[in-house]
Amino acid sequence: MKVLLSWMQEFAPGIDGDPAELAAQLTDLGLVVESVDETGPAWDGIIVAKVLDLAPHPDADRIQVVQVDTGGASALDGTEYVAGEPLQICCGAFNMAVGDLVPLATLGTTMPNGMEIAQRPMRGQMSNGMLCSGAEIGLDDDHDGIRILDPSLPLGAPLAEALGSTSDVVFDIDVEGNRPDALSVAGVARDLAAKLGVPFSFGDYAVAESGAPAADRASVTIESNELCARFAARVLDGITIGTSPQWMQDRLTAAGMRPISSIVDISNYVMLEQGVPNHTYDLALVPDGALSTRMAREGERITTLDGQDRALIPADGVITNAADEPIGLAGVMGGASTEISDATTSVVVEAAVWDRMTIAWTSRRLDLRSEASTRFERGADPMAVERALDRFCQLAQELCGASVAPGTIVAEGGYAPNEPIPVRTERVNLILNLSLSTPDWVALVEAIGFECSNVTDAGADVLIPSWRPDATGEIDVIEEVGRHHGYAKSGKRVPVPEQTGALTPDQLGRRRIRRAFMAAGLSEAMPMAFLAPGDLAAAGLPDDGIRLSNPLVAEESVLRTSMLPGLLKSVAYNQSHRATEIALFELGAVYLPGEWSEESPLPEQPEQVCAIVAGADASEAVQLLHRLAADLGLDLQIVNDELAGLHPTRAASVIFRGRPMGQVGEVSPAVLDAYGVTGRVGWLQLDVAAMLAGLGSVPKMKAVSTYPSSDFDLAFVVPNDVPVNDIVRSLKRAGGNRLRSVDLFDVYPPNPADRPDGKRSLAFRLRFQADDRTLDDEALGKLRDACIELVTKRHKGELRG
Amino acid sequence: MSDAAPPIDLDGLRDDGLARIAAATSTDDLKSVEGDVTGKRSALLEARKSLGQLAPEDRKTAGQALNEVKTTLEAAMDARRSELAAVELATQLESERLDLTEVPTGVTVGHAHPVTQAWDELEDVFVGMGYRVAEGPGIETDWHNFDALNIPKGHPARDGFDTLYVEHGPPGSTLLRTHTSPVQIRTMLAQEPPIYIVAPGRVFRRDTADATHLPVFHQIEGLVIDKGISLADLAGTIEAFTTAYFGPGYTSRLRPNYFPFTEPSAEFDVQRPDGSWLELGGCGMVHPNVLRAGGVDPEEWSGFAFGFGIDRLASIKFGISDIRNYFRNDVRFLSQF
Repeated sequence: MKVLLSWMQEFAPGIDGDPAELAAQLTDLGLVVESVDETGPAWDGIIVAKVLDLAPHPDADRIQVVQVDTGGASALDGTEYVAGEPLQICCGAFNMAVGDLVPLATLGTTMPNGMEIAQRPMRGQMSNGMLCSGAEIGLDDDHDGIRILDPSLPLGAPLAEALGSTSDVVFDIDVEGNRPDALSVAGVARDLAAKLGVPFSFGDYAVAESGAPAADRASVTIESNELCARFAARVLDGITIGTSPQWMQDRLTAAGMRPISSIVDISNYVMLEQGVPNHTYDLALVPDGALSTRMAREGERITTLDGQDRALIPADGVITNAADEPIGLAGVMGGASTEISDATTSVVVEAAVWDRMTIAWTSRRLDLRSEASTRFERGADPMAVERALDRFCQLAQELCGASVAPGTIVAEGGYAPNEPIPVRTERVNLILNLSLSTPDWVALVEAIGFECSNVTDAGADVLIPSWRPDATGEIDVIEEVGRHHGYAKSGKRVPVPEQTGALTPDQLGRRRIRRAFMAAGLSEAMPMAFLAPGDLAAAGLPDDGIRLSNPLVAEESVLRTSMLPGLLKSVAYNQSHRATEIALFELGAVYLPGEWSEESPLPEQPEQVCAIVAGADASEAVQLLHRLAADLGLDLQIVNDELAGLHPTRAASVIFRGRPMGQVGEVSPAVLDAYGVTGRVGWLQLDVAAMLAGLGSVPKMKAVSTYPSSDFDLAFVVPNDVPVNDIVRSLKRAGGNRLRSVDLFDVYPPNPADRPDGKRSLAFRLRFQADDRTLDDEALGKLRDACIELVTKRHKGELRG
Repeated sequence: MSDAAPPIDLDGLRDDGLARIAAATSTDDLKSVEGDVTGKRSALLEARKSLGQLAPEDRKTAGQALNEVKTTLEAAMDARRSELAAVELATQLESERLDLTEVPTGVTVGHAHPVTQAWDELEDVFVGMGYRVAEGPGIETDWHNFDALNIPKGHPARDGFDTLYVEHGPPGSTLLRTHTSPVQIRTMLAQEPPIYIVAPGRVFRRDTADATHLPVFHQIEGLVIDKGISLADLAGTIEAFTTAYFGPGYTSRLRPNYFPFTEPSAEFDVQRPDGSWLELGGCGMVHPNVLRAGGVDPEEWSGFAFGFGIDRLASIKFGISDIRNYFRNDVRFLSQF
């Protein structure tokens, strides 16, 4: 919302002073000023000049040589000119004619965009200034042509003086959703005046009325109280539609609206000033002047002011004529059939307040967001419609020569006036940490129109004004007290909790897990959890991810059930950028589809930690798993397995406490191909909840034996399909509690391709030790024999020489 | 047995021995010289054997003279051995010379994501202030995300969050949480006041990724509910956090703002020591409707809440200008932090 200082001063002349200080006060009120711009002074050096001659540039097609008369005005740098004598300007625009008045930026002028005007040759022709477009001097948005000025302006006069534009200040305010009242100049002025302690009042909008009463020529009806809070209309005759005066155009432009014609400009001006959107109908095109409002019916259509033919749905509000045909889309856009034109002489002007949600849905559905719909969505003031129409009539009378029919026609709809609510002084002081008396805080809110009654030491009854739909309860009034008293006056105090601060074991555990992955050389990735349809299938996984109902783009329309696609995309991205050492991990949630019920309305969202390492094969992935298990003190086992998305012969399930909790191996070559990833890729996926459960157990010390240990090596030839884990388990069984460690130190032949008989030799080093004695040769011999026997018997292994 | 033993040329043995010791070129060489000069088969030891043939009175004198020579030779031997050992050690060490700068620099170390680093740091600051850390799910019910936070269905503010809904259960009933505030509700429903928690988490908006917006980002939410909590407690807590996180010389201010779930609401800004301001986040006194939704009696308890972006703090800390880096997972980016 852009608000001019001079405009606010019409409501509160006491608002004055340093613009930066005023901006700070507005910001302090929660009306955050995003920028403060001073208008007017930027026109220093720009004068009204007259085109005397236009000639082509001898050496440039896109420039013409213009001779202008400065009317005897001097340039800003002091260069003097004689009235009537031509001054040469080179200009890139061709829209002016001899005799036109144009804005001339004289030598020494600094343009609003910072450009300095100096005498300079353009392709060999001297230019002594610059003719300005409307956009260059902020008069309009036209960048292409030179702004042609009103021929009645005085030649040679400073432009600001000639246009009657005095210096002003524009505050660009970011108005929050709860402050529809601040979407008007008057509303901002009311808040600021209260803050500054200066008087605020609306003007006197009384108009001279004449002719037949409005009620005889027009009528308004509300058929749906849910749709319309109040609906008011007035009738005007004898309107001459032209352009609005410069001062009004300036204000509209400064507020960010484009001047169009006198009657449209007045309508917009009233909306900006009073905060009440309004609409004018050509009375001749509204049979009997009858306006009615209701919800649209299925199958109805309307052609809106922008020429679009639109199908309506029952959720839209419409304004209808005597024939019950829609002639306007309530609160969003007027209809084409009653649009005012140059031929219009009588109008009916309407101001109504509509249901916020109806307007919100319709404007969104039709993608028609306007200044009006924004105000209705946030909540316009139902009690301001008469005042807004009076202001409209006053301006129309003054600027368009309108005569105003006596009376305002008002239909009462769904508006329910507020009831006073009790506000407790104790509560005000508790929430705000203040020690105000009731009259203290009452004065603060009465200044912004909150009427207080039954004022006692304990509190007061407060009537919330109709322009504050956001405020409904005591706490809202307390906020107003705080806002106008100043939040800073509440002071600062730090509450100290009785509890001690701490992370939970799980929260500490997640940090430990992250550190273990980092210690293993992996960096943490955070791919987005959104996938494209088909991403899961391309990763060899069930294509059953939960879908978004309203994705912004299809590429982000499915929630991941696995981290594999996201991490594969990360690897592909890195490979395409020639990165080496791509070793990533991620800890986060995956989202699993499942049944919905009222008791458990959310899907499973388990946490996983996954690792992906480009260039690593399955054994490196298993080594990573062992390393993490050792770091975290988790006894993780693996079992060869076939797992979706992974290499069919190079994958294993990870088992913890007898239950599967992850997977390890290589990503399937087909999946890698689908994701454009090259080389082998190691993969590890672990369930975080299971890991956290394991991290929770604190290891208890076991005494280290003081007796010597003995090692011996055993090598077995066993079929390829006997997992090493099984043999280790047998060795541990046979060795009992005296077997302290088993290390596989050699596999031969190392490459499975070199084992034509389908067997390989596995060499283990076993360390034995007792807690109570030195193991003698006889004892060791028995243990050795037991180990050999169990492995040969159970796993078809043969002891190797 | 002859009367006269052959004369022993002790001086000769000594001089010859010293000359050979001095001539030894290595400790190994010296070892063989040692055998020749003082060893069991050396002339000196042979001479000692012959001492028995001397007359007792001569035997003592000759023995003493012989021992003197032996001592002299042994001392010379020790000295020469140290000398040679030192030279040999020096030679060996020289032969082991390495150019340590030749060692390859490539080291792979894992890095925590910058957002995680900021996240952990924030958690630690609040834990230091006595807070616990609470959590909640990414897919939420619309009740937790909106209704319970005083944003009923149809409330215009509901749109401002540009919510992504998920196809699970009745349409519009489940969504990707748009803020961490649902954790406020979950915490209130799970525990009795007093409550002092922060809730960091991942949140989602229906937004196109650009340099300053992401559809997925991270927030940290604070919630305090206790007896007599006021706006001053909020302002003081924000200030205490500001100093703890940013350092001395940083201060903060609150200015009025609007959030449906707090009333009064405020935006909080941090002032850097150079006087410039940083807009950090939103906060306010927990709305009585929100307390009621969490099963807390607003007449007995009051509270405040605040929230701000973790990614934003990480960006400030590490000078990251384009936050799209956060989900691209470029190892050249990740390995910098």
